Amino acid sequence: MDTASAPTTTTPPAPARSENPRKIGGILVRILIYLFLIAWAIVVIYPMAWTVMGSLRTDRELLFTPWGLPTHLHFENYLRAWKDAQIGQFFGNTLIVIIPSLFFTLLFSSMVAYVLARYEFRGRQFIFYLFLGGMMFPIILAMVPLYFIMEFLHIRNTFPGLSLVYVAFSFPFTVFFLYGFFRTLPRELMEAAIIDGASHTQTFFRVMLPLAQPGLVTAAIFNFLGQWNQFILPSALMDNTGLREGQTRSVLSQGLYYLQIKQQYTNDWSGMFAAVAIVMIPTLIVYIIFQNRIEQGLTVGALKG
Amino acid sequence: MKYGQRRFIIGFLAVPLTIYTVFVVLPYASAILISFTRWRGVSANITFNGINNFIKLSQDALFFNALKNNAKVLITLPIITIILALLFAALFMRGLRGQRFFRTTFFFPQVLSMAVVAVLFNFVYHPTLGILSSSFKLLGIKQLSAFPWLGDAATVLPSIIFVAIWQATGFYMVLFMAGMGSIPTEYYEAAKIDGAGEWLIFWKITLPLLRESLRTAAVFLMILAMDMFVYVSFLTNETGGPGRGAQVLSSYLYQTAFRQGNFGYGTTLAVVLMAVVLVLSIFGLRVGSQETVEY
Repeated sequence: MDTASAPTTTTPPAPARSENPRKIGGILVRILIYLFLIAWAIVVIYPMAWTVMGSLRTDRELLFTPWGLPTHLHFENYLRAWKDAQIGQFFGNTLIVIIPSLFFTLLFSSMVAYVLARYEFRGRQFIFYLFLGGMMFPIILAMVPLYFIMEFLHIRNTFPGLSLVYVAFSFPFTVFFLYGFFRTLPRELMEAAIIDGASHTQTFFRVMLPLAQPGLVTAAIFNFLGQWNQFILPSALMDNTGLREGQTRSVLSQGLYYLQIKQQYTNDWSGMFAAVAIVMIPTLIVYIIFQNRIEQGLTVGALKG
Repeated sequence: MKYGQRRFIIGFLAVPLTIYTVFVVLPYASAILISFTRWRGVSANITFNGINNFIKLSQDALFFNALKNNAKVLITLPIITIILALLFAALFMRGLRGQRFFRTTFFFPQVLSMAVVAVLFNFVYHPTLGILSSSFKLLGIKQLSAFPWLGDAATVLPSIIFVAIWQATGFYMVLFMAGMGSIPTEYYEAAKIDGAGEWLIFWKITLPLLRESLRTAAVFLMILAMDMFVYVSFLTNETGGPGRGAQVLSSYLYQTAFRQGNFGYGTTLAVVLMAVVLVLSIFGLRVGSQETVEY
């Protein structure tokens, strides 16, 4: 397992006992490795920690002592970001869009993935690659035509319309991921259910879908992160035409962008820091809670890939 | 039974396939058609423009500038990210004190949105209150104590590439760890019995058996390198940076189509970008798939 478990009875007494085979080089190499790891950890953590700390300070403090710690906790920055900078509205809009889109992404993707993984039919290969192909291209390429398709269908600038687009663009990854998952489920279970007189649909919803639950949870987490963070789709498809002053259709990352541009004139740094913290923190919480699942999810994907 | 199965398959595929076709397949496909038109979006006045857009492209210095910047990203981003990720993965696979902390931390940026990360680094790179400048001030390096990292044509692109590396490394680290975890331990044991050293084992066993994961990583990172849209838009306020030093194809096409309303030429750029991505993906998949190692 690790360095500590080396001296067991099964290991033959090696001539050079001082050289533990699991050990990385000498002590100097070890120190260098740790220095490097610590350096990267600082590079990763510092911008985030600094932003969270900055969100609790005043603009004056930020400008004159960028490295300092908060003297008083200025939670009013959050209030300002939530209310004045409309982060609260962006937050609500994001939820309105992603709750239905997450549900339908999972439902439809699992249906497609199941059929592709478990049934033989003409065109199966074609459909599989059609879904897979969507992963290959940057979303920006589809943006111009998509804008006009949405206009044509009269669903541009609507939340259900945006949800639908999220569902569509989530298919490639989710179908591919769940396809790998359904492949690993024992075929006998499905056959047994059908012999017992269950229809194909019943077999799917009563037998296979519950079995695929771990895969579904992982797919849900990845899609939550992806859709929560989506920027290109809403910024090309949603604007505030026809809304009253002070209302907005923007979702979080889009709102953040406007804030950043506005920031150049208003110079409300602490408010901006607070806004970033509000967007950042839910994803970090999801990550900390589901950390193992996220890493396992990647494992499944990698093994199937 | 057979009939029921057929109906079931169609029933399950119909709705998702329709949604996918309308909102994903159709836009990508029509991008190719629109690229042959002179279309300014405001009117329904679409005139066929033949290959004129592509001729214009061949004389467009801004296009070549963007392409050159994409090429720079394409060379640096995948290589640096893969090397860093491989290094971390190899270290953590051997078991290291405190590795759980490092692993969790390194993966962190992956769950943040590109938008959040870009805003974070707008703070980091800020000449007066940014932590980079203040770090240099602290170290007493005067020349860099108020340096506009994103406001200088020479540093804007490397600064943005670093942001992409910062965010992507953790993901590929975990991907490689998963790949390494699935390599049977007998290989390592056999190699050790044969007296192979750490480096030799890494080069001769780990890397070749990691081929699949490396291939996946290379393809995804090349696609990211051709994209970069969110990072560039946020960190240069859509301008492409001073002297367009960080203008890439995606941001140039967004500007052309959505800001100047020149949808025809914008999609021409999109099609070129699509072609490049396609060629890179196929190239990546081909190179990787030769002599797949079975184990």
